[in-house]
Amino acid sequence: MKREFMKILEHTSIANDTYRLLLEGEMVQDIVDPGQFVHVQISDDFYLRRPVSICDYNRSEGTMTLLYKVMGKGTDALTKKEAGGFLDVLGPGGQGFPLPGDEQTHALLIGGGIGVPPLYNLAKQLNDKGIRVTSVLGFQTKADAFLIEEFESFGEVYVSTNDGTLGTKGFVTDVLSQLESVHDTYYACGPTVMLKAVMDQLEEVPGYISMEERMGCGIGACFACVIESRDDKGYKRICCDGPVFDAKEVVLS
Amino acid sequence: MNLSVSLPGLQLKNPIMPASGCFGFGKEFAQFYSLSDLGAVILKAATGEKRFGNPTPRVAEAASGMLNAIGLQNPGVDSIITDEIPFLKEQDVPLIANVAGSTVEEYEEVAEKISAHVDALELNISCPNVKEGGVQFGTDPELAKEVTRRVVQASRVPVYVKLSPNITDIVQMAKAVEEAGAHGLSMINTLTAMRIDPKTRKPVIANQTGGLSGAAIKPVSIRMIHQVYKEVNLPIIGMGGIESSEDVIEYLLAGASAVAIGSANFKNPLICKEIMDALPQTLQKYGFSSVQEAIGGAHHEQTAASILRA
Repeated sequence: MKREFMKILEHTSIANDTYRLLLEGEMVQDIVDPGQFVHVQISDDFYLRRPVSICDYNRSEGTMTLLYKVMGKGTDALTKKEAGGFLDVLGPGGQGFPLPGDEQTHALLIGGGIGVPPLYNLAKQLNDKGIRVTSVLGFQTKADAFLIEEFESFGEVYVSTNDGTLGTKGFVTDVLSQLESVHDTYYACGPTVMLKAVMDQLEEVPGYISMEERMGCGIGACFACVIESRDDKGYKRICCDGPVFDAKEVVLS
Repeated sequence: MNLSVSLPGLQLKNPIMPASGCFGFGKEFAQFYSLSDLGAVILKAATGEKRFGNPTPRVAEAASGMLNAIGLQNPGVDSIITDEIPFLKEQDVPLIANVAGSTVEEYEEVAEKISAHVDALELNISCPNVKEGGVQFGTDPELAKEVTRRVVQASRVPVYVKLSPNITDIVQMAKAVEEAGAHGLSMINTLTAMRIDPKTRKPVIANQTGGLSGAAIKPVSIRMIHQVYKEVNLPIIGMGGIESSEDVIEYLLAGASAVAIGSANFKNPLICKEIMDALPQTLQKYGFSSVQEAIGGAHHEQTAASILRA
């Protein structure tokens, strides 16, 4: 991991309270897997960095795309950053999604809200490998939805919204219960309550989940973002052992 | 510029060290700079058995600071000795082990075991985030005296007692542990605090309360060190909200002989290195030719207030 002041090339609003940042810097060359994150320092006024997943990256252009949602004062202040300026970024952090081996043919991607972005580059890479991609994307309401057309270029997309303004009314799990289960692997990212529901519903299918949690250092030293695990050690650190875990190795409460 | 400081058990090449709990066991920070540059490393707290710690969320932000309630998560003293200390030993840097426990016996056991592998102990009687032990020893002078006396006996190396600010009279506590044989003090631990989320109407931190650290607590720590320096004849490792070499000067002037940097490591993993690099110039700016010369400077300053040193 490195600390770098990355150049902001673009900064635009893409949905309700949701923004897209295009950053340029050397750090992009260090990205290993889709699903890794960066730890963003908004300004000296904020004591904790904000973990943001990497939505997409382009090694040859040296750019990465971050999507974030305004959740409080810090992310609100982030919206004020302008293209041409620089952002203090620590990264790339954590372990991303492992790409499947040759025996897998059909992947199911499940994203909830601001959990959707890290699945984007994964979908792209799965598609490049010739693996069939089905995506289930859940949002609160139509105004919150984003990236749907982009995911459609990689395969079928099913959308759910809590209020039914777009796609199926309800949660991603309501869509999953209607899907034919022909997929051999699933990848999910979203709020813990969603991940738990997905894990229960897809218990028979091998899967990977990406966790979100309030973080301190973001490099594995402070133990702020731990989760119970099934190994002898008994815990994993989301920032460095994760954020992506095999669904069988962690215990969600 | 002479940055070295000599303290019981510790020959420091400079007065900068990362604070306990903010630096793990060093490995994660070794990717950013060489740990051998540091004055010393204070390890994450060790307890007798492994501890999982508190439920999450364990951190929250506050104005000029943060709250944490990790709950002393650690793999236990035996595992720290076998799995963590060997890496640090290779770094050629003095080590201070932070010793925690729920009972006096546990403190003794941890101190006895780990003191064979480090240069000094930091006796943690001030963690506000555990239900048993921790801060209860740090808020009652009689209990503090007893656990200090027993740990000093059990330890093969000097013992620095880490004091809690969550008390009325810090001087009384410092005197109690001095009487019990402490070799030094470490000041201060975090201030017990809480934040509530208006959306959920619940405390942000799962443990409800957490320890407040960061720039917000620096004036509290400076005041306490200033008070204790006057009354107690023990060297002090100062900590609380240090983010710059200017902050270090303030701590030295109040009476600290060395300083530890805590939550600022989360903002910037290179902060200790940057402060070490900036310190010689900042000392010079304020008219000092060594770190030693600045220690306690606020207590012996005789020059008229209208004359600025820098």
